[in-house]
Amino acid sequence: MLEHYLSLAVKSIFIQNILLAYFLGMCSFLAISKKVETSVGLGIAVTFVLTITAPVNWFLYHFFLEKGALAWAGLPEVDLSYLEYIVFIATIAAMVQLVEMILDRFAPALYQALGIFLPLIAVNCAILGGSLFLVERNYTLGESTVFGFGAGAGWFLAIASMAAIRHKLRYSDVPPGLRGLGITMLLTGLLSMAFMAFSGIDL
Amino acid sequence: MSILSRKSQQVLADPLVANNPIAVQILGICSALAVTVKMQTSIVMALSVIFVLTLSNTIISLLRKWIPGRVRIIVQLTVIASLVIIADQILRAYLYDISKQLSVFVGLIITNCILMGRAEAFAMQNPPGQSFLDGLGNGLGYGLILVTVSVFRELLGSGTLMGFHIIPQSMYAAGYENIGLLVLSPGAFIILGLIIWVQRSITKTEEA
Repeated sequence: MLEHYLSLAVKSIFIQNILLAYFLGMCSFLAISKKVETSVGLGIAVTFVLTITAPVNWFLYHFFLEKGALAWAGLPEVDLSYLEYIVFIATIAAMVQLVEMILDRFAPALYQALGIFLPLIAVNCAILGGSLFLVERNYTLGESTVFGFGAGAGWFLAIASMAAIRHKLRYSDVPPGLRGLGITMLLTGLLSMAFMAFSGIDL
Repeated sequence: MSILSRKSQQVLADPLVANNPIAVQILGICSALAVTVKMQTSIVMALSVIFVLTLSNTIISLLRKWIPGRVRIIVQLTVIASLVIIADQILRAYLYDISKQLSVFVGLIITNCILMGRAEAFAMQNPPGQSFLDGLGNGLGYGLILVTVSVFRELLGSGTLMGFHIIPQSMYAAGYENIGLLVLSPGAFIILGLIIWVQRSITKTEEA
C-alpha cells in the first residue's frame, strides 16, 4: 500500500509534473520566478494549499456532487456533477482564506513570509487543475491527498529551479526580442525536457 | 468599418498583435499550451475562450456600478464560472469527443488569467459595448497564438493538419521523419518561445 502511494508521489512530482507536463500554474510561474526567495515562498504556499484542497474537494465531490452521491439525503437520482467547477473554485477561495487566517493566528512568521502570495493562489490554475484531475482519474481519498501534495511539490521544484536559472541569466547577453518572456519559455522547454528523463521510473 | 468608431476599432484590433494577451500581456498561458497538440482541439478551445471572455466582459461591465469593491473578485469568479459551465455543457452535448480530449482544460478557463485580467483592467471601468469588443479582441488574439502554435506542432510533429495527412508519403519514403519532440510538452514551450521572439522583434516590445 505504501509503495503504491510512494509511486504516485514520485509520478506526480517528477514524471507528470503539473507545470512542465500539464502547463498548469504558468501565469504565476512566469511572473514570480524572477527572484529565488519569493519563488520558494510561493512554492511552499502552493504545496500547502494543494495538499489541503485536494482531499476537501474529493470529499465534496463524492458526497454531494457525483451522480447518486446525495443518496444519504434521500435523493439518489440527483446528479450535480455539472456544478463541480463553481463548487471547487469557491472551496479553493474559502480554503485559501481559512489558511490565511489560521497562519496569521498560529504561525505569524510563516504568514509574514507567505502573506502576499496567499490571495494570489486562489486563481492559480494548478490548484483548480489538481482538483479536476483527481475527479477525472477517480482517485481515492488517500490517493488524492498524496497527489495534491505531489503536484504541489513538483510545482515548487519547477519554480525554484527556474528562479535559480533566471538568477544566473542576468549576466547573459540575451537578444532584445527574446528578453523576459521569450527566453523564459525556451528555458522552461529545456527544463521540461530534462524532467522527461524521469519517465519510466517506477517504484 | 464605418459601423465602429475609431476608438472601438482600436479596442478590437489592438489585442490581435500589438498588445496580444499571450505574447505581450503574459496572460492566459496556463491553458494555452496543453491543448495545442492538434489544431482541432485548439480551435475549439479558442472558440470557448472567445465565448466566455466576450460574455463575461459584457456582464461584468453591465454590473460594474453595483459590484462592491471588496468582494469584486468573488463576483467576477462566479460570473466566469457560470459561463464556463454553460460552455462545457454545450461542448459535451454537441462535440463529445473533443470535450473528452480537452478534459480538464475547459474547466481551467475559469482560472485563465485573461478572464480575470480583462475583467479587472477593462470591464470594471468601461461601458458594455467597448467591453464586448475588448473581450472579442483579446479572445481572438489568444486564439491566434493558440492556432499558430498548434499548426506548427501538428504539421511538424505528426505530419497532419485537422487530422488530414499533409506531408506526402513519398517524403517519408525519402527519409523524412516527424519531429516527435513537438508532440510532447517541451515542444509547446519552445514553439511559443520562438513565436514570442518573432512577435516582439517585429513590434519592438522589450522587457527589462
